[in-house]
Amino acid sequence: MMESKTELPTVRKRVGLGEIIFSIPTLLILAAFFLILGVIVYYGAPVISWNFLTGTPGFTMLYGEPFGPNFLYSEPFNLQILPYGGILPMIFGTLALVSGAIGIAVPLGVLSAVYLNEYLKEGLFKSFINQVIGNLAGVPSIVFGIFAFTFFSKQLDFGVSLLSGWFVLGFMALPIIIKSTEEALKAIPRGFREASLALGATKWETITSVVLPVATPGISTGIILGIGRIAGETAAILFAASIFYQSSLYPTNVFQPVMALTYHLYYEATSSPFAGINRPYEFGTALVLLGIVLLFSIIAIYIRTKSQKKRKGW
Amino acid sequence: MDLIGRLRKVFRNLPVDVLTRPAPSVDVLQLRGKEYLRRFFSPEGFTGVCALSSFIITILILFFLIQQSLPILQEMGYGQYALPLLSGLGYGDYAWILNNGNIVTGLINFVTGSTWYPKYLSFGILPLIAGTLVVVGGAMLIAVPIGIFSAIHLSEYCPLKIKNIIKPIIELLAGIPSVVYGFVGLIFLVPWLAGVFSLRSGQTALAGSIILSIMILPTIVTISEDAISAVPKEYKEASLALGATHFQTVWKVLLPAAISGITASIILAVGRALGETMAVLMVCGGVANMPPLSLQMFFTSVKPMTAAIAAEMGETAVGSVHYSALFGVGLVLFGITYLVNFIADLINSRFKKKFGRAR
Repeated sequence: MMESKTELPTVRKRVGLGEIIFSIPTLLILAAFFLILGVIVYYGAPVISWNFLTGTPGFTMLYGEPFGPNFLYSEPFNLQILPYGGILPMIFGTLALVSGAIGIAVPLGVLSAVYLNEYLKEGLFKSFINQVIGNLAGVPSIVFGIFAFTFFSKQLDFGVSLLSGWFVLGFMALPIIIKSTEEALKAIPRGFREASLALGATKWETITSVVLPVATPGISTGIILGIGRIAGETAAILFAASIFYQSSLYPTNVFQPVMALTYHLYYEATSSPFAGINRPYEFGTALVLLGIVLLFSIIAIYIRTKSQKKRKGW
Repeated sequence: MDLIGRLRKVFRNLPVDVLTRPAPSVDVLQLRGKEYLRRFFSPEGFTGVCALSSFIITILILFFLIQQSLPILQEMGYGQYALPLLSGLGYGDYAWILNNGNIVTGLINFVTGSTWYPKYLSFGILPLIAGTLVVVGGAMLIAVPIGIFSAIHLSEYCPLKIKNIIKPIIELLAGIPSVVYGFVGLIFLVPWLAGVFSLRSGQTALAGSIILSIMILPTIVTISEDAISAVPKEYKEASLALGATHFQTVWKVLLPAAISGITASIILAVGRALGETMAVLMVCGGVANMPPLSLQMFFTSVKPMTAAIAAEMGETAVGSVHYSALFGVGLVLFGITYLVNFIADLINSRFKKKFGRAR
């Protein structure tokens, strides 16, 4: 029906029925993304203020606004418990969890990838290990959560603590970091390694001074993707690391639980006695969480695009 | 060969002088020790140990899931009614007297038991499995067509400039934390569904399906898109040269060629959906009843396996039967997702072999 003998290569350029039909699903996906983002920003942005970001949470049992005019005259059955104040302890908690977890996952992951790509020969064992790593990435986060609770909190007696959270989140980030490091190492041309070896460097010297520095963009992409994933993780720290409120606010040592943004949002929205009463506060928390996670994802994508452009020159 | 014959063979092959020969001198032992240490602390040694970490973690997870779920599997070995009966007679605290049941029978009873009612020690997880299947099935019904068509659009119809903008956005969609999805679903989707379908509560399997479908779309789109792009150019050019239109080429040539890659993406997405916790916990309602076998199942409140673990773990005493049962659910979930991911990997590696290009 749309046949033409001469302009075969330009068939692609024509806007046909197919293009319109096939673009609808993509538009749906984009709509879903911007709807979620828009809703969170629309309702969350008014809450964001210096006090919200740097204050500590408190709860008031007043009717209406904290310290409002109805303070003394409110009737008991009108009593409401409102969370107010800021979320700094939760932001701190999330960052503390993530940095410790990354501290565990990065050395382990990068060295694993180095072994898999530089030392291990192709074969059954390699494909087996790769299979295991791929499947570890697919283990449900709630399974990680109960595993962390029984192993770190109970068996190793860490308790519900920052330390348990570090380990379980580190384990969750591990496959992501290994995979992306491996891909970065694979992409390095053989010539780089051969040149270094020809200059008399040992294999380990080649790895540390040539291979790893060249692979840095790829490795950092993996690390940042890992950060994005574990910063938004709730189920894994549900039992092993997080707490809704503790009087010291910040963990004073690694054996204390932490208040994390994700768990705070979940508890605030569903389980707490004041669930649903102070929605703006919840939206503000969600916006900060989303901001942190998406920021890391955007940085990762940016670095990857840049390094891909550079790689074309090799 | 019988056991004794086998043992005899093992002993026959032992060095004869293993007991009589003189012990190696201290120097030799020291040298040997140093050699082992040197090997261990060589770059190959310690990176190799690191590479084993993933394997060790997997084994640890499996070990603790099995260890903690052993009591429930043993106690279910006497049938799914033994525990509820005991508890109904007022002997719920003496569940341990059932601790000698057959584990395999127990696992079968556990998986096929049709009531989940922890208060009366009734631990059949079929309602939870059914809940998971309904939610994930609904999510696939929504996400698969949208995802595949979007992948076709991105790889075949979309101009490169726009594609370079859209693909990162889809990746960002994958980065949104599940608790945020659950939050948005709880506040906007659930009341909306209740209004549209005039339900008493919008916390239904359908709400979970819709949220899950958005969460797994990035997986389907990015991997399917890579699969379609990996089909060699010659296929497409040959088809166009034969006079087929672009649409015919896509439909009859590219899609069949990329079908195993697309299948792998769908199965991976199933694996991800099965393990998703926070979103389904927040929007599915959490009623552990068997969903009816009709279209009505999407409009009932369900409790998927992940949600059961997340919701009930905090309320149980450590070491109780219920606690053990939740680990049993975790074990089943682990097994299912492991199997699903394994199949996806198998199909994907076959696809890669076919076109000889890593995705």
